[in-house]
Amino acid sequence: MLELLNGFVVELRNAGLPVSLTENLDAMEAVQHIPIEDRDAFKYALGATLIKNHAHWRSFETVFEVYFSLRGPEYKIGDGDDETDIDEMWREMQEQQQQEGNGGQGGMDGMTPEEIAQMLMQALMNGDQGMMRAMAKQSVQRFAGMEPGRPVGGTYYLYRTLRNLDLDGMLDKMMEQSREDAPDDLTSLEERLEKEEYADRIEKFKGEIEAEIRRRLVEDRGAEAMAKTLRKPLPEDVEFMHASRDEMTALKKSLQPLTRKLAARLARKRKHGRKGPLDFRNTVRHSLSYGGVPAEPKFKYPRPAKPELMVVADISGSVAAFARFTLMLVYAISGQFSKVRSFVFIDGLDEVTDYFKATEDITEAIHRVNTEADVVWVDGHSDYGHAFEVFWNQYGKDVGPKTTVLLLGDARNNYHASQSWVVKEIQQKARHVYWLNPEPKSYWNTGDSIVGEYGTHTDGVYECRNLRQLEGFVEKLA
Amino acid sequence: MTTDNGAVADTNRFQNVQGVRDDLKEVNYLADDGIAGVAFLADRLGKPILVEGPAGTGKTQLAKSIAEITGSKLIRLQCYEGLDESKALYEWNYKKQLLRIQTERGDNEDWTEMKDDIFSDEFLLTRPLLEAITADEPVVLLIDEVDRVEVETEALLLEILSDYQVSIPELGTITAKQIPLVFLTSNNTRELSEALKRRCLYLHVDYPELDREREIVLAKVPDITESLADQVARIVRSIRQLDLKKAPSVSETLDWARTLMILNIDTIDEQTAKETLNILLKYQTDIAKATKELSVDD
Ligand SMILES: Nc1ncnc2c1ncn2[C@@H]1O[C@H](COP(=O)(O)OP(=O)(O)OP(=O)(O)O)[C@@H](O)[C@H]1O
Ligand SMILES: [Mg+2]
Repeated sequence: MLELLNGFVVELRNAGLPVSLTENLDAMEAVQHIPIEDRDAFKYALGATLIKNHAHWRSFETVFEVYFSLRGPEYKIGDGDDETDIDEMWREMQEQQQQEGNGGQGGMDGMTPEEIAQMLMQALMNGDQGMMRAMAKQSVQRFAGMEPGRPVGGTYYLYRTLRNLDLDGMLDKMMEQSREDAPDDLTSLEERLEKEEYADRIEKFKGEIEAEIRRRLVEDRGAEAMAKTLRKPLPEDVEFMHASRDEMTALKKSLQPLTRKLAARLARKRKHGRKGPLDFRNTVRHSLSYGGVPAEPKFKYPRPAKPELMVVADISGSVAAFARFTLMLVYAISGQFSKVRSFVFIDGLDEVTDYFKATEDITEAIHRVNTEADVVWVDGHSDYGHAFEVFWNQYGKDVGPKTTVLLLGDARNNYHASQSWVVKEIQQKARHVYWLNPEPKSYWNTGDSIVGEYGTHTDGVYECRNLRQLEGFVEKLA
Repeated sequence: MTTDNGAVADTNRFQNVQGVRDDLKEVNYLADDGIAGVAFLADRLGKPILVEGPAGTGKTQLAKSIAEITGSKLIRLQCYEGLDESKALYEWNYKKQLLRIQTERGDNEDWTEMKDDIFSDEFLLTRPLLEAITADEPVVLLIDEVDRVEVETEALLLEILSDYQVSIPELGTITAKQIPLVFLTSNNTRELSEALKRRCLYLHVDYPELDREREIVLAKVPDITESLADQVARIVRSIRQLDLKKAPSVSETLDWARTLMILNIDTIDEQTAKETLNILLKYQTDIAKATKELSVDD
């Protein structure tokens, strides 16, 4: 057990989760109080001692599954001799089917695809966890075609299993059934709720299939190797430019607490510890009311007034997510600036400040940016040069000594003219101008990227591939 | 069980994880495996629990309910910005001390004696943390909304949380007579220090799953029918899936269910849902969004 736990902790650390020595020791003590057979409680016990940040929970769960999926009575793989709870469940289901006169015997092998679909639908409509698990196990056995030592990934097996089960049509069939069963017509609200419930069950069932495949792969290849293939970056380290849909959702989720913390931190920073050198004149002036004794020292505030921010962002395909997150972050802490204006472009440029003014809902504003902003001039491929020119001609007069300008994008200019003189002009008029680039540094200035050319006229080019880097920059800025 | 410093732990409060769950249910708190498991573990390991999660998901109630089922006294320290030692730990009763010094004046008591006297228990004002340590009976200590205090103030808590003791310069170290079950709650408005997190078990309490929320409604709203409770839970789940400024919390679910009861409603149709959304949602933009969603037929 301790050995298993050690391997587990090592893998957590490999996955980037910070586990201290104390926490490791706590986990070792914890497992002595909760039997591993009580899998959920066991998982939460380990989680409570090892994971202190909710954003890390998913990574933890994945590693947990790999290391502990083969433990516990329900989960033994193999057919025949050692009957498990799940196998028993399967037998019961089959008996039931037989009574209803539609179903073979033994494993799924003896059943026709129609029979399987029928049985699956029943399991899903009943929403019985145990039944769904039994179905998942049998489906993988029959359809995934897993062979020991075969060097293919879990997604391949998942695909094969799902294709044979035709889950896409399942939701509609279930809804149909449900309409038939209902005594009256379903209202649209009822429809909606029913559909959500079924969709949720289907998702859970997919999860069961994935888990089953993973268990078998772990048995075949060992936990360590499996964990390594499944290792994923933590939300704060996910690259904006390559995030999968799931990762994007996780990113969005972690953005909110992050901005909240950032805002609180900045507010505190502004309130405390802002004292500059002694303001002599002000102190003397106040001392008059103390009969000339400088009883109440006054200090100079070292920071000039809050800066004015202008964000100019490329929102073409590959960098759109990055622009979105940056805008959200900036607007979430807009209290730190006297004014925030935002501009988006692809090859044309449009001001979108009003979208953010019109609503408190940043997501909604972003949605409008994506759908309404007029950013295409010729062909909808990024043209930084043209966009910058437009910016300068229309808004250049508003750039002043209190303005900080942020330029956002990968500077992949599709070999158009750079017009980098605009950036140079901005630098001369503005307080600061920075460039944020979501691409890894090693890609800068390769191909059609000309970030170096623009960069020479800025006060710095920053790599912002992920939330962690972006947050770091924004905190410094405010 | 004895800790390093000699404080004696109670015999175990709970038999097993399921026991915690059952006991909590008795007092109308519906726990899931995570909540029950971590509470059980906290007792066994003698460690505090840091509970995080969205507002109104039952973090504070958890501590209260645990106090109830273990027959413990609940001592609560509500945190706020500016909370300091004198409000959290202890304070000397200056007025009383002064009075004492004045009455003694003239009698030739020497200063050392006097000092020993005025810095004794009699002049000590105990605040929640010290109270929790010195209590004779079993205690559940709730340190609520710990994220509101400054990082520096967090340091005040560390000694108590790891050693269950408090050092008072004038009196020495006071060690707990019994190990209290400690809950710290946080709404996650700032990152707590690593030192604090290391000392705690961590529990994230999220919005409940459908089944649990239905059970909560059934337990907390008198006379509500199964079917209405089910509908309430489903609609709330549906609304939580929208991209909202503030998703409805459990307390709002309960408020909504109670309102529906008062209005004598036994099934919720679209019209009713829309008309009462303002109880579930607090922001106008959220209400508008949910209204729109509930009207579309998709
Ligand atoms: N699991 C549960 N079982 C029974 N009641 C619950 C449960 N969860 C929440 N409630 C009820 O919901 C309401 C809100 O709970 P509570 O005040 O404990 O939330 P909280 O997480 O402390 O919120 P906040 O972060 O705003 O302090 C209470 O009335 C509580 O009784
Ligand atoms: Mg609370």
